[in-house]
Amino acid sequence: MNSQVLDVNSVDYLEYKGKHKGILAWILSTDHKRIGILYLVSLTTFFVVGVLLGFLMRFEMLSQGKTIVDAQTYNALFTLHGIIMIFLVIIPGIPAVFGNFFLPIQIGAKDVAFPRLNLLSWWLYLIGAIFALSSLFLSGGPIDTGWTFYIPYSSRYTSTNVILPLLGAFILGFSSILTGLNFVTTVHRLRAPGMTFFKMPLFVWAIYSTAWIQVVATPVVGITIILVMLERLFYVGIFDPTLGGDPILFQHLFWIYSHPAVYIMILPAMGVVSEIIPTFARRTIFGYKAIAFSSLSIAIIGYLVWGHHMFTSGMSDTSRWIFSFLTFIVAIPSGVKVFNWVATLYKGSIDLGTPLIYVLAFIFLFSIGGLTGLVLGSIATDIHVHDTYFVPGHFHYVMFGGTIFIFFAAIHYWFPKMFGKMYNEKWAKIAVGIMFVGFNMLYFPMFILGYMGMPRRYYDYLPEYAGLHILSTIGSWVLIAGLTIMIINLIKAVRGPKNAPMNPWGGLTLEWQVPSPPPLENFREIPEIKHGPYDYHYYEEEKVEYEHSK
Amino acid sequence: MLSSASAYAESVDMVMIYIISVSVILLLGITAAMIYFVIKYNRKRHPKAKQIEGNVALEVIWIAVPLVIVLSMFWYGYVDFYELRNVADLALTVKVKAQMWKWNFEYPNGKKTDTLYIPVDETTKLEMTSIDVNHSLYIPAFRLKEDVLQGRTTYMILQPIKTGSFDIACAEYCGLNHAYMYTKLHVLPKDEFEKWLNEGMESKESAPADTVKTGTNISAN
Repeated sequence: MNSQVLDVNSVDYLEYKGKHKGILAWILSTDHKRIGILYLVSLTTFFVVGVLLGFLMRFEMLSQGKTIVDAQTYNALFTLHGIIMIFLVIIPGIPAVFGNFFLPIQIGAKDVAFPRLNLLSWWLYLIGAIFALSSLFLSGGPIDTGWTFYIPYSSRYTSTNVILPLLGAFILGFSSILTGLNFVTTVHRLRAPGMTFFKMPLFVWAIYSTAWIQVVATPVVGITIILVMLERLFYVGIFDPTLGGDPILFQHLFWIYSHPAVYIMILPAMGVVSEIIPTFARRTIFGYKAIAFSSLSIAIIGYLVWGHHMFTSGMSDTSRWIFSFLTFIVAIPSGVKVFNWVATLYKGSIDLGTPLIYVLAFIFLFSIGGLTGLVLGSIATDIHVHDTYFVPGHFHYVMFGGTIFIFFAAIHYWFPKMFGKMYNEKWAKIAVGIMFVGFNMLYFPMFILGYMGMPRRYYDYLPEYAGLHILSTIGSWVLIAGLTIMIINLIKAVRGPKNAPMNPWGGLTLEWQVPSPPPLENFREIPEIKHGPYDYHYYEEEKVEYEHSK
Repeated sequence: MLSSASAYAESVDMVMIYIISVSVILLLGITAAMIYFVIKYNRKRHPKAKQIEGNVALEVIWIAVPLVIVLSMFWYGYVDFYELRNVADLALTVKVKAQMWKWNFEYPNGKKTDTLYIPVDETTKLEMTSIDVNHSLYIPAFRLKEDVLQGRTTYMILQPIKTGSFDIACAEYCGLNHAYMYTKLHVLPKDEFEKWLNEGMESKESAPADTVKTGTNISAN
């Protein structure tokens, strides 16, 4: 008995032998850390598929007319690229991987509140993913409605497989709701003694705010999907005008979920940024409460702005100005975060490590994404650039330059903790440099194309757009080269020796005070929290050692 | 970069220039501060960080100032659009019917075309509906687009100030040939437009030619 207790505390989670062996020890594990790794592996796989589809799309745009695929295939490509990247990568993204792995450790808990429910979430994610992608291999062909599934094209006109991907999105929604429920409960019930809400790391605040959106907003998309299926299968008139329905109602319901979903995607990334900057600047975060409350206010106001996706939809002019007004208001808390992050660098002691370089790239790209959002929030300019390349340009700056760059930052920040190994920092920095250049080449031309009047989801284009399309396609090759270097560098590190110290960056949050990789139950004894999460002052006063050389 | 054919289009460009200028200033400010801090407070030069927890005055400033800026953007982007949507003095109403993957235009005298002709210096209202999926009538030179849906009528107001030919595109994804749902808008001098409108109409039983006159409000209904 005694030896078993010892086991749990001293064996790291990677080496622990439970009742299952081999792959079963992973896919049946209820350990939040192993589930985090499961998500990391599956998400990365889908991300690579999504990138390949994006590569094909851009390749098709290299020349006018047909380059490699026909129009039907192109329409399926952008639909699947959207479905995979949004539902399988960015929405689960940071909460599923790093939230699972680090939220319990950061609040001093042994696991999430409902470990079995957590494993069920991953299984639902996997099943949902299989449904979402199954249309690729079945008769009828891959779905071609765009990831927005607008009615009546999706309900009555397309002959492709619509029901299975919709069912996939429905199941993925449950995965998301259950994860959110788990995190909300974990934060409320499992914080270590002394960890008040305002002593929680900002990553926890961000995941907590996100979890609420997941629980409250996701059911709307579930209900909408059920209604679409009823209509497509049984001709119940809800959205389809020929059956007496209203297609704009569908758009409202779709965006009531999918706009808050944008904040599900970006808030956790903002939380990661608020962790990395203090660690690499060796100082407390500037404006802790301002950042925490801006997460909450984004989560709340974010509910009320969905109509800005519909300024040209034919909704009333009154709705247009109300949604435009609210959209501009939601810009403020995001701005507050950016200002506080930059202020946190002020008088810091800054080490330009790989994670921080990702964060700096993020601040630049996310600012462009956010500021071009102002163009889309203003009615007059949105009506011109809506549904043009301006919009994909904008949301790739926010979602890719924002969330995915921070996903990479998070991998590079927590990699030594998760695997107990270090990657080659030189190659990591080269990769982010190449990606940054490729990214801007790929997506910046889209803003200009959009303002020139090039609509999105177009298989072909007029000759005046050719130059910018070619530049954008070449940018995609550069970006993919950078991605490849990054992935190879990380895979080499996973296979390398265990050489990471407990606290390579000198971070103060709890995950840096447990071994790398963490033991099965995280803590030998649950710590008692006496100071804020970034209180370097306390460590200096008390002369507590926190830094370990690389 | 992109030609504009109406006073409204020029006002949209002004809003765009305003938003982009403010954005560029903010972006450069943020980026410059970031790079400056990273260089100046590099650990080699600045081994001991100063622990600053925050500053209430600064937080208030960077909430209040951006708030004023974004509200001005909101207002600027709203007024001209509102004015355009509520023009009362219509010279011509054209019925637009969209289908996969072409446009049909019908004039008050019953003339039907697949390209749109309108008179310059006049106000034309398009009343639009779709017979199948969602489409969106997009005229980049007028900086206007409006979705075209089955079962309801949406509208667009055009006030061209120059003659010429401009692209009309479909901006709402509508299936296989979405990218080829282009047509042309021809803005003609008033007399040429009237001549065009009545061409080939003599033989048909339809509204007499003189119903289309400068400044006359002709409702299609």
